[in-house]
Amino acid sequence: MATLELSLDEQAAEPARRKRRLGLLFWFAMGWMVLVFAVAILADVLPLPSPTDMDMLEKRAPFSAEHWLGTDGFGRDELSRLVHGARISLIVGLFAPVIGLTIGGALGMLAGYFRGRFESIVVGSMDVLLAFPPLILALAVTAYLGQSIFHLTCILGVLGIPAFMRVARAATLTLARREFVIAAQALGATHARILLRELLPNVLLPLLAFFLLAVAVTIVVEGALSFLGLGVPPPISSWGSMIGEGRESLDVAPRLAFIPAIAMFLTVLSFNLIGDTLRALTDPRQGAL
Amino acid sequence: MAFFLAWRLLYLVPVLIAVSVLTFLIASLLPGDLAYVILGDQATPENVAALRHDMGLDQPIWWRYLSWLGHILQGDFGRSFRTGQTVLQAVTERVPVSFELMILAELIGLAIGVPLAIACAAKSGSAFDRFMTGSAFAMLSLPTFLSAILLIFLFAVELRWLPATGYVPFTEDPLANLRFMVLPALTLALAEWPGIMRVLRSDMIAALQEDYIALAKAKGLKPSRILFVHALKPSSLTLVTITGINIGRLIGGTVIVESVFALPGIGRLLVGAIYTRDLIILQGVVLLVAAGFVIVNFIVDLLYAALDPRIRHGHA
Repeated sequence: MATLELSLDEQAAEPARRKRRLGLLFWFAMGWMVLVFAVAILADVLPLPSPTDMDMLEKRAPFSAEHWLGTDGFGRDELSRLVHGARISLIVGLFAPVIGLTIGGALGMLAGYFRGRFESIVVGSMDVLLAFPPLILALAVTAYLGQSIFHLTCILGVLGIPAFMRVARAATLTLARREFVIAAQALGATHARILLRELLPNVLLPLLAFFLLAVAVTIVVEGALSFLGLGVPPPISSWGSMIGEGRESLDVAPRLAFIPAIAMFLTVLSFNLIGDTLRALTDPRQGAL
Repeated sequence: MAFFLAWRLLYLVPVLIAVSVLTFLIASLLPGDLAYVILGDQATPENVAALRHDMGLDQPIWWRYLSWLGHILQGDFGRSFRTGQTVLQAVTERVPVSFELMILAELIGLAIGVPLAIACAAKSGSAFDRFMTGSAFAMLSLPTFLSAILLIFLFAVELRWLPATGYVPFTEDPLANLRFMVLPALTLALAEWPGIMRVLRSDMIAALQEDYIALAKAKGLKPSRILFVHALKPSSLTLVTITGINIGRLIGGTVIVESVFALPGIGRLLVGAIYTRDLIILQGVVLLVAAGFVIVNFIVDLLYAALDPRIRHGHA
C-alpha cells in the first residue's frame, strides 16, 4: 500500500515540476536548435558564397557587406563555412547516435528481456568496447580506415552502442516485471509481440532522451577529431576543423577560432539542455513514465 | 576480501585477452597493409610480397595473432620503422608527462569541485547553489579543445603570463616544468570539476537528510563539523567512483591537450603516429593505453570494495 501512496503523491506533484522545468532557457535552446537545423538544411539554397572558394587577396578580411563574418586564412567566406560546418556536425551528430540507438537499443532490449547466457555475452562484449578510452579507439580506427564522413559516422556510432545498450537493458529489466507484460504473456502473446508492442513504446522514451545527450557528445568528439585534423577530410568545413585552423591565428584574428567555437558550444549546450529536460521528464525512477 | 579479489582478477584476464584481440583485429583487418606503408613510393608487387613474407604477413591471421601476443608477453611490443625506437622505449619516455598532467588536472578539478559542492550542499536551493549548478551544467558542454583555445588566448596571447607551448622535464627545472604544465592541467580540470561538483553535491544533500545528521544537530555539534565530518566522510566513496569514471575521458582529454600545448606525452605520441602512419607504434600505444585503462578500473573497483563492505559481500 505504501508504494501506491508514493506513486500517487508523485503524480500529483508532476504537473508543477513539468511547468517549472520548461523554463526560458529550454525555449532558447529550442530556438537555437531550430536555427541551426534550418541553416544546415537550407545551406545550398541560401545566397552564400562557396565555402571552398579561396581568395588569396582577401585573407582574414574583417566583417563586411560581402563577407558578413569576414574570411579565413585562405580567404574563404567564414559565414558560409560556418553554415556548411553546421551541416557536417548535424549529419555526423545525428546519424552516429542513430546507429547506436538501433543496435544498442535492440541488443539491450533483447538482453533485458531474455536474460540468461545471451545477456552475459552482450554485456561482456560491451565491456570490451568500454575497455578502450572512446577517443583513443576513434582515433585508432580512423587512422586505419582513412578519413571520410561515412567512416567517422560509423565509428562514432559503434562507440555509442554500449551506452544505448545499458539504457535499454535497464529500462527493459524493470518493465519486463510489470503487470501489463505479465498480462500479455498470460494472453499467449509471442516474444516478438511483447517486445515490439508492449516494451518498445515504453523503452523508446528514455532512449530518445538519451539520444539527445548522445548527439551532444558525438558533436564534441567529431569536433575534437576534426580539430586534430583527423576528422572530416579538407577542404570540407567542419566546426572542429575551423577551430583547429583558427588556432594558428589566435594572435591576429581570434574570431576565426571563436566564431565556430561559440556556435559549437551553443549547439552542444542546447542538445544537453533539451536532453536533460526530457530525461528528467521520462526518468522511470521519478515515476514519470 | 580475498575471494572478491580472486573473483575480480579472474574477470580481468578474459577482458585483457579480448582487448588484445580487438586491438590486433583493428590493426590487421582494416585496409592499409603495413608493407605498403613501409615501402611507400618504392612499393612494387615483388617488393611488397617479399616484405610481407619477411614480416610474416602472409601467415594465417590466428597464427599472426598468437605470435604477436607471444612477443608482447615477453615484453616485445615491436619497433617503429620510422624512428627505430621500440614501443616500450617510446612509451616509458612519455608516460611521466601524461601522468603528471592527469594527476595535476585531477587535483585542480578536486580543488575546485569539492569546496563548491560543500558550499552548494550547505545552502541547497539558494541563489548561489542554483548559479553554480547552472554553471557546472554549462561547463559540461564546453569541449576540452574549446577551453584550451580560450585559455591560450587569455593567458598566453592577451596577458602573456604563461607559455602556450613547450615542455621542460620536472627533474631538470621543477618551476619551469610547472609553468608549462599550468595551462594544460587547468584545461583538463575545467572539464573535470563540473562532474565532481554535481555528483558530490547531490550525494551530500542526500546525506544531510539522514537521521544521524539530525542526531548530530540535536547533540548541538557545530554546523561546520556536521558538514565536513558527518556528511563529507561517507561521500568519499562517491569521489573514488567519480575519479574512476572520469579516467576514460581524462585520457581522451590528454590526447587533445598534449597536441594543443605540444607536450611530449602519450597522447601526442599517438596522434604523431597517426600523422606519420607509424602503425607499429600506434598498435602498441593503443594496446598499452587500453590495458592500463582496464587495470586502473580494476584498481578503482578494489578501492571501492575496500571502502564499502556491502560490495565485497555480494552486492556487486
